[in-house]
Amino acid sequence: MSAAAQLEQAGITIGHDQIVHCVGPWTLDYLQNLERELMSLSWPRSRELVCEAGHVTAMDTGGAVLLYRTVTQLRRQGRQVSVEGLRAEFAELLRMVSANWDRIEAAPPPKSDWLEQLSRFIADRARHVVTALGFIGESTVAVWRSLKRPSLIRWQALFRSLELDGFHALPITGLLAFLIGVVISYQGAEQLRKFGTNIFVVDLVGISLLREISPLIVAILIAGRSGSAYAAEIGTMKVTEELDAVQTIGLSPMQLLVLPRVFALMIALPLLTVYADGLGVFGGMLIASNLLNVSFTEFVSRFEEAVAVRHFLIGIVKAPFFAMIIALVGCYQGFQIRGGVDDVGRHTTTSVVQSIFLVIVFDALCSILLNWWDL
Amino acid sequence: MAIVENEKNVPIIEVNHVATRFGEAVVHRDVSLTIQRGEVFAIAGGNGCGKSTLMREIVGLLEPTSGSAKLFGMDSRLLRDGHPQEIHRRFGVMFQQGGLFSSLTLAENVAVPLKEHTKLSREIVHDIVALKIASVGLPADSAAKFPNELSGGMRRRAALARAIVMDPEVLFLDEPTAGLDPIIAAGFDELVLQLKALLGLTVVMVTHDLDSLWRISDRVAVLGNGTVLGIGTMQELSRSADPMIHEYFHGPRGRAAREQAVKREAHLGG
Ligand SMILES: Nc1ncnc2c1ncn2[C@@H]1O[C@H](COP(=O)(O)OP(=O)(O)O)[C@@H](O)[C@H]1O
Ligand SMILES: [Mg+2]
Repeated sequence: MSAAAQLEQAGITIGHDQIVHCVGPWTLDYLQNLERELMSLSWPRSRELVCEAGHVTAMDTGGAVLLYRTVTQLRRQGRQVSVEGLRAEFAELLRMVSANWDRIEAAPPPKSDWLEQLSRFIADRARHVVTALGFIGESTVAVWRSLKRPSLIRWQALFRSLELDGFHALPITGLLAFLIGVVISYQGAEQLRKFGTNIFVVDLVGISLLREISPLIVAILIAGRSGSAYAAEIGTMKVTEELDAVQTIGLSPMQLLVLPRVFALMIALPLLTVYADGLGVFGGMLIASNLLNVSFTEFVSRFEEAVAVRHFLIGIVKAPFFAMIIALVGCYQGFQIRGGVDDVGRHTTTSVVQSIFLVIVFDALCSILLNWWDL
Repeated sequence: MAIVENEKNVPIIEVNHVATRFGEAVVHRDVSLTIQRGEVFAIAGGNGCGKSTLMREIVGLLEPTSGSAKLFGMDSRLLRDGHPQEIHRRFGVMFQQGGLFSSLTLAENVAVPLKEHTKLSREIVHDIVALKIASVGLPADSAAKFPNELSGGMRRRAALARAIVMDPEVLFLDEPTAGLDPIIAAGFDELVLQLKALLGLTVVMVTHDLDSLWRISDRVAVLGNGTVLGIGTMQELSRSADPMIHEYFHGPRGRAAREQAVKREAHLGG
């Protein structure tokens, strides 16, 4: 912007002679000012208005729109308005605006933001519920079909998924389970020592880990590790039209992408849970022997006595359900990705949050039911 | 739109001895060219000869390995992270893939520069956006659609609408007609000419669409071998003795495009 242009100001004023004077550069930089001046302008009462625009020094599309809009509003009030003296190139611009004015008015008006957002939100939710139900139905049918005809199962994809999502998760799951066992034992140690009931650390560690904590920890870890990957993988395939290619080649995305992942996780999660049980209890045992003088042999014999097998079984039985939730939510979110790249990120995050949420809700429901049945 | 007085005499774009390397791969060895205010300047050349790369260097998205590119007399290296804003609002870029924000509707996409650079009322923003959408030939009801709901040609137009919403002085187009059907491509060329006449744009267009080159370019630079093989009007270039340029313009497609152009001239003349 030149110094000269900055000194110059765009303006619209009404002279004594009732003539509207438009002056200065009518360009985007000055429109805000012009709009303000227009707001505070009191138009003369006369039915005929002359708009003297000979001193308009520059005009762009924005300026032309503002001028035309003002003139149109005045005309709607039943006045005769003429614009005079406008330079030829600016007049051409104004003609272009006027030629397109119908289409401008036809364009959907700017809606009030919150109302639009609310309605979009509700419509989105409603649509999601319907599509999610559709997806669950579709995948159930596909599972049923593959159970009837195991030859339909993509074993290669399944084993690959088993390796990536199960085997490769061993180090992190093991480490985490071990640390959780240590933490529980530590926290219990303080309280138990007060009452001299050191040996009960076995009950504390054994039951809480086997029944609740290791299946949950494993599920949360896998949701973050694999659920998100499923969403991103399938979503990217959708964006790059790979999913469409899969379908036109005559393959079913369900059979090819979803089921192997669901089955793989349903196999991997119980196994990982058993493994986490072992390492978690080992962590607890270490702390017990160091802080509570409960030796390994004492720990094990108390374990056999106090921790019923059903606790272990309840933990293991929940795992495949967690797996199903994680895999289905991940794949579902992947299929939901429509547009571009930012959608992939959003749905990946959503898949993790939703699957952890659903896993915990499911776990809570199990606790309530098992409590009723006195298990 | 204000033009700094002393800026009037400098070329709007200057590329001085630019060399570009990506690791081992040499894209430009020595590229120099100047673009004058008000012309439709085309950058042509085979696939992968560094046309897009040169454009990215001019608008400051990429630093040349050596040499310099100047836009409005200012070194493009200084255009970083959207600064300085005064320069950024004076040019618009339409990318090869459109570069539309997929989370925004078409109208919101077009409105982004206006909302970021000005403080206009919603009504005026709406009017300007609707006008630009109309002037690139998109139907009014497409304004509320998201980019993934538009066809390829519509996305191009939407990207063009966003590139011109601030009435820039220079418009950069990266392969605007690639992948469009011939009728829509011709329409696109017309559109660029119209906008140029109306807004006084300088257009820098990367293309290897020979029809488009004949139809709308004032001057063309042909890139190849890391340098500018030739620069001039299409008439001049088509008479060039350089074997690569000759190949480019006198291959089967080049001849067809030329005959078309000649026919059109004759038609207009008669
Ligand atoms: N960021 C990058 N890293 C490495 N190589 C690149 C990069 N961008 C472009 N290239 C290479 O530079 C060359 C020119 O690319 P480009 O300018 O896109 O060609 P075109 O003329 O088709 O637009 C190509 O060979 C491409 O592979
Ligand atoms: Mg390119």
